[in-house]
Amino acid sequence: MKRSTLEVIIGVIVILALIVGALAVAGDAEWGGADGNVAGMIDETGYTPWYESVIWSPPSGEIESLIFALQAAFGAGIACLILGYWTGQRKARKE
Amino acid sequence: MHIMEGYLPIEWCIFWAVISVPFILIGIWQMKKLIQKDRKVLPLMAVCGAFVFVLSALKIPSVTGSCSHPTGTGLSSAFFGPFVTSVLGTIVLLFQALLLAHGGLTTLGANVFSMAIFGPLVAWLVFLGLRKLKLGLGLSVGITAGVANLVTYSLTSLQLALAFPIDGSILAAFLAFAGVFAITQIPLAIIEGIICGLVAKFIVRVKPDIVKTLGIVSDEEIAKIQGEAA
Repeated sequence: MKRSTLEVIIGVIVILALIVGALAVAGDAEWGGADGNVAGMIDETGYTPWYESVIWSPPSGEIESLIFALQAAFGAGIACLILGYWTGQRKARKE
Repeated sequence: MHIMEGYLPIEWCIFWAVISVPFILIGIWQMKKLIQKDRKVLPLMAVCGAFVFVLSALKIPSVTGSCSHPTGTGLSSAFFGPFVTSVLGTIVLLFQALLLAHGGLTTLGANVFSMAIFGPLVAWLVFLGLRKLKLGLGLSVGITAGVANLVTYSLTSLQLALAFPIDGSILAAFLAFAGVFAITQIPLAIIEGIICGLVAKFIVRVKPDIVKTLGIVSDEEIAKIQGEAA
């Protein structure tokens, strides 16, 4: 097997192992965001946030996940467009 | 690593915003210069920015039972250095603050300084060091990305500790905040490192000339990395 292919396969296995391992180790945890946990710690000191966004915040978790998905899709789209273009260019040059 | 809207006293908001501005201005100036010198770097810059977008949108579960996200700034730090990265990171943080109420406008300065400036700055220095030690490009970029992630979260902990000391002790507060982030972040730093390292090698294979203009990789190493895929 090509070394490059092997590297990708090993990389993917390690990434999956880390995520699946985490889910297995801390199975019934709350899986909240670490950001939120820290905000909770600050709340406990008696501090109240002095400003709340008046512009817009996602009205529900569903809409929030929509925007996160759009963010990832936009990034993946741009990255793959350019990487794919380069791959094609290289192939054309070889032929 | 996003400090939420309103969760930082106003004087700290102003402080972090003020020290972030010069980095972003230098970043914009550097970007302009790089593009004027050679327009070919523009797509690579876009790929690096796109990676910040993708990776910082992924909230990944970690061993501590909470979720957090990679920063994605490692690739751009290695290729372009901390100043250009600060501009790319700021775009993403602004997007998340405006549309996702993730982070916030008042805490934007602090979040920009940790994710888009200080993390990439330390990571870039590490990258230069590793390259001096002749470590391979893939591994160097991988470690750089992991370092960018961990340093970002350490700095966030420090920023919070400065604003919210426990019984007057900044150190105690730092350890408390870092305790929440540190263990959560280590597996994510590894994941981010693997992705960025593999992508960096892929870019060298398909578009070596651009990476060469950035002066971070030699002809011999390009040949070696390309040989691995032949």
